[in-house]
Amino acid sequence: MKTPENVVLHVADVHKNFGGLHALADIDLQVEEGKTHAIIGPNGAGKSTLLNVVIGRLAPTSGAVVFDGQVLTGKKPHEINQLGVSRVFQTPEIFTDLSVLQNVMTPAFAKRDGAFKVNIFRPLDDEKAVREEAEATLEDVGLIDRRAVGAGSLSRGDKRRLELAMCLIQKPRLLLLDEPTAGMSRHDTNTTIELLKKIKSRGMTKVIIEHDMHVVFSLADKISVLAGGRIIAEGLPADVRGNPRVQEAYLGGAH
Amino acid sequence: MDIFRLPRKDVITLALFSIVVLTMPIWLAPLGAAYPGLMQQFAIFAIFAVGFNILFGLTGYLSFGHAAFLGVGSYTAVWSFKLLTMDAIPALIFAIIMSGVFALAIGFVSLRRSGIYFSILTLAFAQMSYNLAYSVLTPITNGETALQLTSQDPRIIDMMFRDRLAGLPSPSLLGTSLGGYGGFYLCAAILLVVFFIAQKIFTSPFGMQLRAIKSNQTRMSYTGFNTRPYTLAAFVISGMYAGLAGGLLAVTDPLAGAERMQWTASGEVVLMTILGGVGTLLGPVIGAWLIKYMENIFSAFNARILADLFSWLPDGVQDGVVLVSSKFVGEGWKLTEGLVFVLVVVFLPGGIMEGTRRIKSLFGARRANRSASKEQLSTTAAE
Repeated sequence: MKTPENVVLHVADVHKNFGGLHALADIDLQVEEGKTHAIIGPNGAGKSTLLNVVIGRLAPTSGAVVFDGQVLTGKKPHEINQLGVSRVFQTPEIFTDLSVLQNVMTPAFAKRDGAFKVNIFRPLDDEKAVREEAEATLEDVGLIDRRAVGAGSLSRGDKRRLELAMCLIQKPRLLLLDEPTAGMSRHDTNTTIELLKKIKSRGMTKVIIEHDMHVVFSLADKISVLAGGRIIAEGLPADVRGNPRVQEAYLGGAH
Repeated sequence: MDIFRLPRKDVITLALFSIVVLTMPIWLAPLGAAYPGLMQQFAIFAIFAVGFNILFGLTGYLSFGHAAFLGVGSYTAVWSFKLLTMDAIPALIFAIIMSGVFALAIGFVSLRRSGIYFSILTLAFAQMSYNLAYSVLTPITNGETALQLTSQDPRIIDMMFRDRLAGLPSPSLLGTSLGGYGGFYLCAAILLVVFFIAQKIFTSPFGMQLRAIKSNQTRMSYTGFNTRPYTLAAFVISGMYAGLAGGLLAVTDPLAGAERMQWTASGEVVLMTILGGVGTLLGPVIGAWLIKYMENIFSAFNARILADLFSWLPDGVQDGVVLVSSKFVGEGWKLTEGLVFVLVVVFLPGGIMEGTRRIKSLFGARRANRSASKEQLSTTAAE
C-alpha cells in the first residue's frame, strides 16, 4: 500500500464483517493534511463503524488504517490518542462529576505528561499554565462562564461544545467528529459550524460524519458518500451534490 | 517546595485535624473513650479507612478484600519483631512493602474487571488469604493460635546489642517503650502524616485523573490516558495504607491472627467509608471513629447503665424504655450500627460529611454565594 505524501490518514482496503453482514467493504479513504473530509450516507451505511475502526474501538476484518506513517490497527485507544488523534462522540463523552474547567484540564495533562504519570507533588491549583490554556480553550467554545459548574449539569449542546474543547486543547493533528450537531437546535448548530470553521483556519485535519447537509456543505473540502458499506462517490462538495448515484442512495433511502 | 504545598483550605483542614487528633485524650474523656487502647484503634482504623477511600472514593473501584492487606501488614510486622528487632520502624516499613507487593499482585489480576466483578475478585482473594492463613500457611501464620512473640525468637539485630532478658519484650521506638500513650502518639503522628499524603493525592492532578476514571473511563482512554496503571497505582497505595494499619495493630499489640483478614473486616472498612462520606478526606476518619466507638462503648452498655440513664422517667415507663433500648446496646450494638448505616445510606447518601455540608449550607447560604465566584477549581478535597 502506498500513501501519497500529503495524506495524513489512509484507510487502506478495509473490510469489516459482523457475522455474515458486510458492514464495510473495499473502503479506501485518503484524508489530506489540513482538510475537512466529510463522510455522509444514509442510516446503516457503516459511517460509525468506519469511525470506530479508525479510532481502534473495532478491529477491521482485513485492511489497515495508517495515520502519519503509523499503522493504527491493533493499537489501544490511548495509544492512538497519544499519536495525535482525538474524537468527539455522537453522545458526548465527558467527565460529568468534574467541573467544566477540570474536564478541559484533564486532556491537557495527557498531552503534557503522556499516558501515565503519578503526578502528586504539585497541587492542581498551582498548574497555572495548564489552567490558563484550559480557560483560553473554554473561551474559544464559549463556555468560559460555566467553568466552575459541574459538567453533568450542562445542556446537551453545551456538553458537545465541552467535548470539543476537550479535544481541541490537545491540538490533535486529526480530529474525528461523529455527528457533532446531532440533536442540536438550529441556533446551536450554526454556532458549532462557526466554531468548526474557526478551527479549520488553524490547519487541523478533520473527519466529520454528518447527517445534516447544511453542516456538510458549510464545512467540507471533500466528501465521501457511504452506502451499504461501500464508498459510492467521492469528490468536491459540488460534484457530490450533483451525482445521481448519491441522490438515489441518499435521498431514496431513509432521508 | 512543591512537595509540601497544599491549597490553603487544606492547610487549615490539616491544622484543625492535627489538633483534634492530638487532643483526643482530652475530648474523649467525657465520652468515656479516653483510654490508650481504644484511641490507638481510632488512629489505626482511620489510617485504614483513609487509604481505602483513595481507591474507592477516587476511582470508584469497591474492594471487598482490603482486610487481606491489613492481615499481611500485621504478620509481616510480627515477623520483623521475631526475626530482627522489637523496634517499630523496620516492622512498619516491612509491613508497608509486603502489603504493597500483595496489592500489586492482587490488583493486577482484579483490575482486569470492574464493577461487581472486581469486588467479587478482591473478596475471593481475601477469603483465599484468610483460609490459607488457617491451613497451608500455618508455619508462617501459626494458624488458629495466632502468630505471637516467644522468648526464643532470634531477634538478630536486638541480640547484637543486648543480652536476652527473661520474659517477652515489647515493641519500642528507638529505644523508647511503646506502651499506652506512647503507642497512641505514634499512631496519631503516623495518621497525620498519611492524612497529609492523602490530601496531596486528592488535590493533585493525579487525584483529578483518578476521579476522571471514576466518572468516565471510556473518555479517559480516548483522551490518551492508560487507565490500568492509574487504577493499579491507587490500589497499591491503598493496600499500603492497609498494611501500615495492620503493622500498627501489631506494634500496639504484638500478635497477628487470621481473623483480621476475614470478610467481615473487609466489610467494616467499607461501612466506615460510606458512613463518613465516600470521596471526602475527613469522612472515612469520622466513620472509623464512630464505628470503633460504637463497637467498644455501646457494646459495654448493660441494663444497669441504661436504668441509671433513664432514672428520671416514671417507674413503669423506665422499665419499658430500658427493656427496649437494651436490645440496641451491649451484644445488640450491631443492630444500632445497622440501623445507623441504613438511615445514612437512605437519607444521606454522601454520608455524615454530606450531613455537615447540608447544615453548613443552611446557615451559610449567603456567604457561600459570595465565595462561589472565587472557587473555580472545585476540589472537594478540603472537606
